[in-house]
Amino acid sequence: MKWPYPVKYRVETDVKTDVLIIGGGIAGCHAAISAAKKGVKVAVVDKASVQRSGSGGAGVDHWGGALTNPCSQITPEQAMQPQPGAHSPFHGKYAMGHLHYVASKESWDALLDLEQMGMKIRDTDDDFTGAPFRDEKTKLLSAYDYKSWEVLRVWGADVKLFLYNELKRLGVELYEHIMATSLLNEGGKQGGRIIGATGVNVRTGEFYVFRAKATILATAQPLRIWVFNTELVGSNAEHDDPNLAGDGDAMGWLAGAELTKMEHSTESAGPFRYPSYGTGNCGNTWYPCTMVDANGKEIPWVDGQGNILKTYEERIKHGGQGPQAAHIIDDLPERILKGEYKQPFFADLPSMPEYERKAIFGLMVGNEGKTRIIYNMYTQAGFDPDKDMLQQNVLPPHLTIGVPPWDMKTSSPQWRATAFMAGGGLLVDWDMRTTLEGLYAAGAQTAGGGGHPPSSATGRYAGRKAAAYSKEAEEPVVDRKQVDDEKARVYAPVGRKGDIGWKELHAGICRIMQDYCGKYKNKEVLETGLWWLNSIRESESARVYVRNPHELWRFLETMTRLTVCEIIMQASLARKASSAFLDFWRVDYTDIDPPEWDKFVTIKLEDNKVKTGELPLDFWLRPPYTPDYEENYRQHSGL
Amino acid sequence: MVTENQAYLVPNPMTPCLPVVIDPELCTGCNSCVEVCRTDVLMPNFEKGKPPIVLYPDECWFGGCCVESCPVPGALRMEHPLNQRVGWKRKETGEYFRIGMKNPPPPNTRPPVGS
Repeated sequence: MKWPYPVKYRVETDVKTDVLIIGGGIAGCHAAISAAKKGVKVAVVDKASVQRSGSGGAGVDHWGGALTNPCSQITPEQAMQPQPGAHSPFHGKYAMGHLHYVASKESWDALLDLEQMGMKIRDTDDDFTGAPFRDEKTKLLSAYDYKSWEVLRVWGADVKLFLYNELKRLGVELYEHIMATSLLNEGGKQGGRIIGATGVNVRTGEFYVFRAKATILATAQPLRIWVFNTELVGSNAEHDDPNLAGDGDAMGWLAGAELTKMEHSTESAGPFRYPSYGTGNCGNTWYPCTMVDANGKEIPWVDGQGNILKTYEERIKHGGQGPQAAHIIDDLPERILKGEYKQPFFADLPSMPEYERKAIFGLMVGNEGKTRIIYNMYTQAGFDPDKDMLQQNVLPPHLTIGVPPWDMKTSSPQWRATAFMAGGGLLVDWDMRTTLEGLYAAGAQTAGGGGHPPSSATGRYAGRKAAAYSKEAEEPVVDRKQVDDEKARVYAPVGRKGDIGWKELHAGICRIMQDYCGKYKNKEVLETGLWWLNSIRESESARVYVRNPHELWRFLETMTRLTVCEIIMQASLARKASSAFLDFWRVDYTDIDPPEWDKFVTIKLEDNKVKTGELPLDFWLRPPYTPDYEENYRQHSGL
Repeated sequence: MVTENQAYLVPNPMTPCLPVVIDPELCTGCNSCVEVCRTDVLMPNFEKGKPPIVLYPDECWFGGCCVESCPVPGALRMEHPLNQRVGWKRKETGEYFRIGMKNPPPPNTRPPVGS
């Protein structure tokens, strides 16, 4: 059967714009809106339809850290004070303070923008009148702790549709179903000003050359680096978008931009999973649901000091996130092993007060990413939260606390993953600019970024900064040789008589990461791993066949991941110490967080050779910046 | 279509098998689902007005964006693969139900809160 789209390999289309945004997810859309409002020409490139692309495409229910909201009890400046015992990835030694501050300052404004666009952010239909988590004046709903209003509950199932409509209204040009494949430098030289990008249409194979005065990378974090297997759960092994290959990291790297924290990784759930938020739970979207065991015995909750909380009222009085707030008993695993609580466990929604039950199953499960489908599917199958208790998937006892049950995390130490939030990526400054002129980054693309509200804030910020730069910048002039070299690379597998499919290549690269970049590292293992990656580049990757533009797309993403793997291994070699904060363990450098390694290790290519560097852990408060967050924001935010 | 006493030289069935089920009677071939699926699980049919082809079920993210985009209720539905189906217990009676069971309880038609 023939391919249903017109096939246009090597056919070239040229696009000229002022601000090019690569990635039309949350950060990219807010950036595009922000830039367009500055009166410049904006183009967004996305591999999918911007209506639903990215991790935010299937919804959002929690809006955390919008500290300038009218009910908030904490200011952004207060939030930047050291927070002992803080649970969030945005606190702690390797947090990027300037990004956290911008998120705290602007994510409420981003939410108000969304309200203007038509999204519901407060209980305007009075479904929760009288609930302890509703503020009567503003009708805002709080999540977790009903005192500090740090996290709001929002009706975000269709957030991308509102953003999409706003993009269209503002005349932003959308280049959908196109994968950006490389950045273009002034003069075609690595390290030169970024003046555009190349792309390939994932359905037709057509080639695009984008010329832009300013470029914003917003392709989020790389996924499927250590684990890839679609045989079990399709592309549902991750909560986040399966198109996240780390394109921005790879493109930035090859163009000469600096990255940091790429050595940071976390445990992976492996290739198994249950649908996100789709099994009974008491955390996150399901907080603070009562859990009962197989015989209906309620599993107790405790406060931060370990005192039993006997009633729902007591539970919410101590509500919040992290170990200091109300949570299920810490020794549940031991008590399961002794037979005191018997799995399977169930989320006892019928026992919750009606407003809490409705909030959990109906608002939260219903609007959070990939939960509208859960709500619809489960209710259509007869599930009624007034009567039914959703079962939690049966887990090894130690996994019944601390991690979402559907993520399972039953995997091997060799199966790692990039961090969900505040992981590694492109280094950006108070202008959201990378180390390359003309190149900005926002959202999970940046080292230390990520999460829905922070991405909306840094996107918004980067958009106006890139727009301001584009108004002063010189015309972009493309180096034809750089384009031709890239075109040759992109189409190399087309028409080739290969014997390996993209999936085998992808799984093979993951295997190298498992073997040579697993939890426990040493120099010899990392160097052997780099040898393997280079060898795969020469051997198997040159034998991959593609039979249509979709396979070409997936092949190119796999090559992106190959580059990302190389960056991760190089970054791992560069940090010659272990770190508990970075979940980074070297058996040849066993000192854990020695003071001389309390720094960011940076990495980039210069003349195609790896160059490492370092930055202090508070570089955003040191020269050329001031030691004050508010002052730096005043000077740089562009407001 | 498999008919009696016939055998077919075909590769193994893909897993997940069929995350997206389209009712050919209801589907108008508008291709909204094709447009929004981020992984291009669905391909447009060669015949205009006919249901899309589920080409890459193994790439399904189970985001449900296709279902949300479909203008005809019931024309397109999503199914989790067997290894992701969950169960629940009716509190008062102790009865156990699950996604995909043979005689499911009647649907709960209450829409999500405030949407």
